[in-house]
Amino acid sequence: MKIVLEHLTKKFISKHNKNEIVTAVNDFDFEIPDGKLVGLLGPSGCGKSTTLNLICGLEEPTSGKIFFGDLDVSKLPPENRGVGMVFQNYALYPHLTVRQNIMFPLENLKGADKLSKEVMEEKALEAAKLVQIEMLMDRRPSELSGGQQQRVAIARALVKTPGVLLLDEPLSNLDARLRLQTREQIRRIQKETGITTIFVTHDQEEAMSISDMIVVMSAGVLQQMGKPQEVYNDPINLFVAKFLGTPAINVFDGYIRDHGLYIGDDRIGERNVEDQEVYIGVRPEAFDPKENGSFKCKYDRTETTGRDTSIVCHNDKCISDEDIRAIISADEPVYINDGVITFDLKPNKVHVFSKKDESVIR
Amino acid sequence: MKKKNDLKGWLYLLPALVFIGVFMIYPLIDVLIYSFEEGYNFASQQYQGIGLYNYSYVLHDPYFLQALKNTFILVIITVPLSTGIALLISLALNSIKKLKDLFQTIFFLPYVTNTLAVGLVFMILFKKTAYSEGLINLLLNTFGIASIDFIEGPYWAKMFVLCFYTIWVVLPFKILILTSALASVNKDYYNVARVDGTSKWRIFYKITLPMISPSLFYLIITGFIGAFKAYSDVVALFGVDLNAAGMNTIVGYVYDMLYGNSGGYPSFASAAALILFMIVLTITMINLMVSKKNVHYQ
Repeated sequence: MKIVLEHLTKKFISKHNKNEIVTAVNDFDFEIPDGKLVGLLGPSGCGKSTTLNLICGLEEPTSGKIFFGDLDVSKLPPENRGVGMVFQNYALYPHLTVRQNIMFPLENLKGADKLSKEVMEEKALEAAKLVQIEMLMDRRPSELSGGQQQRVAIARALVKTPGVLLLDEPLSNLDARLRLQTREQIRRIQKETGITTIFVTHDQEEAMSISDMIVVMSAGVLQQMGKPQEVYNDPINLFVAKFLGTPAINVFDGYIRDHGLYIGDDRIGERNVEDQEVYIGVRPEAFDPKENGSFKCKYDRTETTGRDTSIVCHNDKCISDEDIRAIISADEPVYINDGVITFDLKPNKVHVFSKKDESVIR
Repeated sequence: MKKKNDLKGWLYLLPALVFIGVFMIYPLIDVLIYSFEEGYNFASQQYQGIGLYNYSYVLHDPYFLQALKNTFILVIITVPLSTGIALLISLALNSIKKLKDLFQTIFFLPYVTNTLAVGLVFMILFKKTAYSEGLINLLLNTFGIASIDFIEGPYWAKMFVLCFYTIWVVLPFKILILTSALASVNKDYYNVARVDGTSKWRIFYKITLPMISPSLFYLIITGFIGAFKAYSDVVALFGVDLNAAGMNTIVGYVYDMLYGNSGGYPSFASAAALILFMIVLTITMINLMVSKKNVHYQ
């Protein structure tokens, strides 16, 4: 099912100060195509969970509309929207077995929708099989690992075959290895069911790895949306550039003079715009060690973690971090002269942002 | 090393063990012994034989049977009613937002007042004298119902006052326990249930009730035990001569046997106390057995 948000806004009265109004979601206007897996991404407190609750119906929008397909659901209570929701802490009923947990939503059906016990059992088993927990049906949640609980919660959300599946920070309670496994599971389940799925996360890697589309938010404002790689390759502003990518993008104080892009005295590229002060973002993979490269840095050390070799160096103009990280391929020769290392910078990995509003200068 | 640690452990436990030994175990054994000593005399501290006569006497004593009946009626009426009412009030308190603290304070006030003082107030409310009908009777009269003497009148009226009073006295503590139990249920359970379209009744029955079942169970067990041990409340309402009022309880009977007008019979008192103990033990065992199935500890 296609989801459309139209000028969606949610304001709260601040908990600390009754006179202060917090805008958690500010004029959201976007469309999520049918059958996609979408990651709502942003730092904590940026309003992504609120957005999810609005879509789910647990919160009512201050203004704006939500459409599922062509149906305006803005005023519908959650139970009439046909959504499945997985909470961050899973919220499995501790006194019920896995089977009873999964069957719970089915037992709520009334009137013409009412199902026989056999059909319910069958559907519950089907959902359990989908998330591969059919052998755990008679256990209680406390007897399951975090990853298994997560899957039970997904099965419970899916058992009514909702039009939309919502996941709030689905991986945050899992350890690193399980996180990798579980995110693959989520991808697989979403592919198999074809249900439009929205998940919230503050972990950009998680979002980038499995989403068909990511929506980057900050302080209640939508920053950019698109395919993960597109957003990564072409960030619309400094925030998005900084938020996506590990190691993070290196940001420098720079300027444009006579169509040349400068960091300090080093001319590292071209921009066909008028002279001005700018922020220059350089991705770690942009660095290309060259004997007479255009960009000079003080060499500090080389770090090898697994397959990556990164060179840590310094430059006075760098404002993002004391260390500049450059990821290079291990077999590339490195030239260091008097403690100075020189690089050429790959133009498509260098992003320039206005100092006025931090928007991109292409 | 292990021996030394064992010794240390016992040493740390010693103060508690001495206290329990002197003030609980010893008196319990003593009561048990008294209850089998026939014809025990306080003054001479002599007894004539050992046997079950004390039990037989107590079980045939019409005063004891009356006390047994009163106690059972009190327990059967007040425990379920007070727990149920406390649950209803707690649910209401939990669902309101404004003035919640104020109401919580109001409902808790009776807990910090003295039993006897409250009993006196109840007596004044219900009592009918030559000079006044009492507030409750005045109320009844406005509905066209004739005055009833609740304190010295028919048995059912007295029992009504006693039950009413007992429920009122035990409510605050139960409300306190239940409101905190309700407040500690994670809101996400309710959100999940809402998304799944669960009806209010089903949320209560299938989620809330199991979640607070440990607290509820605790209240039922302590409620049973407390009601079986009722005494001071009855005195507050009906005075010290409970046998004459026909409103004695088992604990009241034990007290009377020891210190009352007919007092000076520690053997009978002990036998009655042990009978009470057996009753409470049985009920608690049944409670525990039922709870195994229905109480969900997390």
